[in-house]
Amino acid sequence: MIDPGTLLLLPILVPLATAALLLLMRGRVRASQGVALLGLVAMFAASAALLVDVLSSGVLATTMGGWDAPFGITLAADTLSAVLVLVNATIGLAVGMYAIGDLDESTRTLGFHPFFHVLLAGISGSFLTGDLFNMYVWFEVMLIATFGLLVSRRGRAQTDGTVKYVAVNLVATTALLVGIGLLYGLTGTLNFADLNGKVALVEPGAVKDGVAMLLVLAFAVKAALFPLFFWLPASYHTTSAPASAIFAGLLTKVGAYALFRLLTLVFPQTAGVAISPLLLVAMVTMVTGVLGAASQSGIRRILSFHIVSQLGYIVLGLALYTPLALTGAVYYLMHHIVVKANLFLVSGLIRRAGGSFVLADLGGLYRRAPLLALLFLVPAGSLAGFPPLSGFWAKLLLIMAAFEAGEVLAAVVALVVGFMTIYSMAKIWLAAFWKPAPDTVPSPPSPRVQVLTYAPVAALALITVVMGLWPQPFLEVAARAAQQMLDPTAYVEAVLGGATR
Amino acid sequence: MLIALVGFVLCAMRVGTVTGEDALTVARPWVPFLGVDFAFRLDGLSMVFALLVTGAGFFVALYAQAYFKGHPDRGRFFLFFGMFMVAMLGLVLADDLLLMFVFWELTTASSFMLIGFSHDLEKARASARQALLVTGAGGLALLAGVVLLGNAAGTWRISEIIASGDLIRQHEHYIPILVLVFAGAFTKSAQFPFHFWLPNAMAAPTPVSAYLHSATMVKGGIYLLARLHPTLAGTPEWAWTLTVVGAITAVWGAVLSVRATDLKVALAWTTVMALGTLTLFLGSEAQIGLAAAITFLLVHALYKCALFLVVGNLDHEAGTREVGLLGGLRRAMPWTAASAFVAALSMSGFPPFLGFLGKELKYEGALAVASEPWLAAGAAVLANALMVAMAGVLAIRPFFGPKGATPREAHEAPFPMLAGPLAMGALGLALGLMPPIVGAGLIAPAVQAMVPESVDLTFAMFHGITAPLLLSVLTVTLGVIAYRLRDKLRRVIDAFVGALPITGDGSYRRVVGWIADGAEGLTRILQTGRLRTYLASSFAVIAATLAYVLLRNGLPPLDLDASGVPFHKWGVVALIAAGVVTVLLAKTRLVAVCALGLVGAGVALIFVLYGAPDVAITQLMVDILVVAILGLVLPRLPRYEAADGTKRRFRLVDATIATAFGLVMATLLLGVASVGVDREITAFYEANSVPGALGRNIVNVILVDFRAFDTMGEVVVLAVAGLAAWALLARPKEDEA
Repeated sequence: MIDPGTLLLLPILVPLATAALLLLMRGRVRASQGVALLGLVAMFAASAALLVDVLSSGVLATTMGGWDAPFGITLAADTLSAVLVLVNATIGLAVGMYAIGDLDESTRTLGFHPFFHVLLAGISGSFLTGDLFNMYVWFEVMLIATFGLLVSRRGRAQTDGTVKYVAVNLVATTALLVGIGLLYGLTGTLNFADLNGKVALVEPGAVKDGVAMLLVLAFAVKAALFPLFFWLPASYHTTSAPASAIFAGLLTKVGAYALFRLLTLVFPQTAGVAISPLLLVAMVTMVTGVLGAASQSGIRRILSFHIVSQLGYIVLGLALYTPLALTGAVYYLMHHIVVKANLFLVSGLIRRAGGSFVLADLGGLYRRAPLLALLFLVPAGSLAGFPPLSGFWAKLLLIMAAFEAGEVLAAVVALVVGFMTIYSMAKIWLAAFWKPAPDTVPSPPSPRVQVLTYAPVAALALITVVMGLWPQPFLEVAARAAQQMLDPTAYVEAVLGGATR
Repeated sequence: MLIALVGFVLCAMRVGTVTGEDALTVARPWVPFLGVDFAFRLDGLSMVFALLVTGAGFFVALYAQAYFKGHPDRGRFFLFFGMFMVAMLGLVLADDLLLMFVFWELTTASSFMLIGFSHDLEKARASARQALLVTGAGGLALLAGVVLLGNAAGTWRISEIIASGDLIRQHEHYIPILVLVFAGAFTKSAQFPFHFWLPNAMAAPTPVSAYLHSATMVKGGIYLLARLHPTLAGTPEWAWTLTVVGAITAVWGAVLSVRATDLKVALAWTTVMALGTLTLFLGSEAQIGLAAAITFLLVHALYKCALFLVVGNLDHEAGTREVGLLGGLRRAMPWTAASAFVAALSMSGFPPFLGFLGKELKYEGALAVASEPWLAAGAAVLANALMVAMAGVLAIRPFFGPKGATPREAHEAPFPMLAGPLAMGALGLALGLMPPIVGAGLIAPAVQAMVPESVDLTFAMFHGITAPLLLSVLTVTLGVIAYRLRDKLRRVIDAFVGALPITGDGSYRRVVGWIADGAEGLTRILQTGRLRTYLASSFAVIAATLAYVLLRNGLPPLDLDASGVPFHKWGVVALIAAGVVTVLLAKTRLVAVCALGLVGAGVALIFVLYGAPDVAITQLMVDILVVAILGLVLPRLPRYEAADGTKRRFRLVDATIATAFGLVMATLLLGVASVGVDREITAFYEANSVPGALGRNIVNVILVDFRAFDTMGEVVVLAVAGLAAWALLARPKEDEA
């Protein structure tokens, strides 16, 4: 048994070390691919061990550099963190494998893999850190790694997307930094667990609410909530399929995670000021996102807008703030990350098989690539909420929670948006799979590439099916995460050692 | 096919044994977290439906074997056909509301794949999408209804919900539940005004249509209404809605079926008529009405399946379904003709066919409808008369009279394609010959599942001269007249329909168009593609939200007393202010950058004043580097554009946003500053810096020891930034994608 401190560090250190190794091995393509894959497997194993440990022995915490909380930096994992770290590692493994098949040529230069591993480390770090400023650092790591992934492809559209992505995100980062500074001014601490106690001591009022709101706004940009989601549909479709998959799966979800942490652990008492507008924002985000998707004609643009819409669902769970709603939100997070990343990978397969991302140029894939058709149907059906796939339970939970909380309008919006999701998934299916094939189609890639790109997609599809047919264990974990969010005592005790302060 | 046969045999073995308390039940926990079980229950009502699903499934699968002989997508057909059948079977057997809903949606999904089977045709794709959207929307409404119903009853178990009908009927959510369940059932079962998708679904291959219409999919909605009858029925809302909607659907379906010249489309409209009739009868609470519904369900399934397969044979062997082109095929296709004839007789309700029994019960039931007996009876007579005419069109036109000009030389279909129609037709006759057995074995148990009291029904061919019998005679007479006058009738209906201002199909297209246009318009406003709007609106949103939070309970008390600020500090403020003003007024980029450097220098001075010289040095270094690099790069960029009219308006907006943002931030900062800082951590750093970390500069110790983990992250950021810059310069040439 590895001790908890190491276990908490490994999901961050393994990908960082892998990235460093990959840089040293530049030029040796096959060997570095092996190292990349090995690093991902190790990260996955460490994350799985972490979740097992958290589920069996409760919240884990460790200090960096031996300085006790709240003076040094703490890493901590409750169920929510551990689950998301494992999901991150799972998606990382799938996307990394896909990328080895998909991006053979670009690994020769700097390319994909080093940035990709740094990004994974940044995401793990954001999920595991118990310190607000440290979270900011991991956000920066993520931002710069995504920048690296975005610029490694040349073209006007790519550069344009990158500039918009970075510019809008910098606004958020700046707001976050200012917010952190102000919060430190109010409380004199940055440690989440410590903040939990000290924020409660701050006199309630406009200033406290304002600082909370500034942080919420910063994370709302990161989570692409209405009306701050501009950067997302402007950039995701411009990068390579594996890069877009990891972006789509996880980046905005880190923002959502931060919102959950902020409003359940740091500001539980003042959550009200952010919660009531958040309910409205969640609904508008769902609607504008799905309408944006309906207006698009490129597969990845459609999928990008759907991310926005789905985040509305997740935040709806937070805004309802009941055990059932938070359970639904956590389950939704798990389901959505897997499905969304997979759909972007599938879009890459569609591009390989049909030669384009644009619906008008595609066709005939149902007949030509039946396996691909099946692998599209599973995540697409899940996204649209067809039972018995994972998306059905996710939506059902949130709708039940909305009814339970008396927010009928939210339930109605969730249902209508579900309908619109069916509409746009049908749009992709009709155009790319059923419509007669265009005159020219690309020749199929080598069998090696086929295996490397199809296997991870199939694995993620399998997860979706399992989550749908056997939702009970996933729901239990989600319920546990929700319970820990609503009662952060265990988290605070694990970090501060239970000392009365 | 095998599944169907096994299923059918298994169900058939249980006929008559599953009445009342003897229902066959299986339950295993599935999702305990939500209280959802794998619960199945086979009672009288489920029995009728399960027999139809498996029985028709078997014959249609047999038929499809031959129909799709050599077809490249045959495997796919059977995959989705099997899925469809299993889903439908699950739907009628499930004893858990959510489990039932799962199967409900599966039928939607698998029917989508089947309707779009010939997906090279635009029509097939559009129809499949229409069916998906209409039934999908209904499905979501039903989901809401299911959740509300489950909440109201406190359980998902259908058998328990049925037992608590009074509770539900008095529940505050009764009306919403009713509306939502109706929305699900009406879309699925193609009730007015959602009827339009069903005839369009004729784009599917014949076996699909036959199955879809006779036993599955559209019967899903009927099953739902019947299943929930004990829980939801018995109120005026239930009775009136079903009677009126059912009557409209029945008459309208019958009228439009006469208009169609394509036999398959004609059949599709007769299905709409039949579904309307079923809905109409489910509105009643009288046993006789429900018995009528179940009997007619059986009658309709048998003749409809047979007739669809007959039309499929005609299409397959003669190459057309146009009624005008077919004729005199009696000799070429004797078995097809025979089964068409038998099925048509049952359809038009001649004794001794099962159809007669059904029709008699219908009239009896119609007269027993509490809310409006003559509306129900009138609708039934009108619809049935047109059915008689349609039976004539289907059974007489293609087979008798002069030989038609068919595209292909017709010959008899192979045996597998005859087995179904013949068996179904024969069954219609056989069951009609033994009314007591049908009544006691199938109908009565099904009715009993809907009304808890003991069922007292007599089934016989001849009841004596009664009102229903007279209505029957009237029906046949009217039907024969309508058949004679069918061409005239068709022209009249054509003219009438042409004059209608709105049609279901048209409304559907308009709604889909609205969605597309609305989505596009809204997205064009939100996602302009211009970075400056994105940035401006981001800042504006942040400023506005914070202003609202700060002001909604009145401005917080701020310490605005600046009298204690020494003169040299004012100097620094003036320096920064001068820099900012210069940036705003600068006409060239270079001047702006230099002025920005001034602001940076001012900030560095502040650090010096507050005792952090190394931070000040860092600030100055960064500032100088930024100005120097920008100074090198700027001359290579295109010239800065002078402000023109439109730009000035932008600038005004920008200035407002910037001022508001600055004010809000300043207020927040002042507010925070007025709260005393908690020095616990600072004190710890002061106390431990030298003994614990062996460093005298606390800032440095924080960076490299207390919070070294942050620094590690920042080192990664810097390294990756360098790599990214390298990648940007060295990236391989790709085509502009």
